[in-house]
Amino acid sequence: MISKSYWKLLPAISALLCSSPALAQTPVLTVKAPAGVVVKKGQTVEVKVSAALNAGFHLNSHTPTEDYLIPLTLTWDGPLKTVDVVYPKPQMEKYSFDDKPLSVLTGQFSLVTKFEAPAGVAPGPVTLNGKVRYQACNNNSCFQPKTVPVTMTIQVLP
Amino acid sequence: MHPYIEVRDRYNEGRGLLSNSRIRRRSALAALGALFFASCTKRQAKDRRLAPEFSLKDADGKTVRLSDYRGKVVLLDFWATWCGPCKLEIPWFMEFERKYKDRGFAVLGVSMDDDGWPAIKPFLQELGVNYRVVLGNEKTGDAYGGIEALPTAFLIDRDGRVAFEHVGVSSRRMFENDIEKLLEAPAGDKRAALQ
Repeated sequence: MISKSYWKLLPAISALLCSSPALAQTPVLTVKAPAGVVVKKGQTVEVKVSAALNAGFHLNSHTPTEDYLIPLTLTWDGPLKTVDVVYPKPQMEKYSFDDKPLSVLTGQFSLVTKFEAPAGVAPGPVTLNGKVRYQACNNNSCFQPKTVPVTMTIQVLP
Repeated sequence: MHPYIEVRDRYNEGRGLLSNSRIRRRSALAALGALFFASCTKRQAKDRRLAPEFSLKDADGKTVRLSDYRGKVVLLDFWATWCGPCKLEIPWFMEFERKYKDRGFAVLGVSMDDDGWPAIKPFLQELGVNYRVVLGNEKTGDAYGGIEALPTAFLIDRDGRVAFEHVGVSSRRMFENDIEKLLEAPAGDKRAALQ
């Protein structure tokens, strides 16, 4: 049984739904670099950057299935050499707006970077500035590509 | 037909099979759905505002102003080449352009691609887009309330006022119904559209 008071609430509920922030929510990627990383001069180190995308969104993997899609990328600036970036294994997901499954990432994932400390680098702390570029969508909309900065300090040992 | 009308119709068709409490429950849900869509729609109609003017370049470098379209019903579509859902709607808009252009209707695409025409032109060629596309910018997006999600389409009446806004992929039928209503309303008559 639905009471009369329930019916009176409908316009208010409707107005709430129309203006609900949840409906206007945008994708947010949070990125965190580890602390306390050390590397000896002339050697390499692998660093895992953690990332989390808020629920209800997906972003294109580093190897999207379509040419027109913008891939996830991580780039670094700093005194250490970036040897390789290993991107997470994507999921193949089907969305109503595309005929074919798309190569995407959702939720939490990690990006692993292999750095090399060149022989010429001075021992001590070095700062690396990274940029994670991504483009996210939900089931019926896509959002402007964004770049998230990530900063990390690595201790170079003699 | 709006989805809430379809919900109502389906409800009416099946009500003979339902108990009173289930009828009331379903009725409440249908009403909630109706109010959700209707209040969003009516708010647009009641508070109809002048569509912000802009001056943007098309693929040939020609300046296009929204005011060039005054007297026409305009479907203003903010999109980008990297937007999968936008690709779904573009063929509908091409068909609308063909079907309604002789009745004073035009589609105007506003690409929000940062990479500009080198990215857009091959895309338009590949899809065979038959309507005008201009290159948008942040200023234009901000003027339209800040375009966060793509596609975002505005239906503009013959008086240059925003009659409807669709954020995300919408239904083709909904677009057609709204276009028809706006085309039937003569310029200066704001009563007929989306009532």
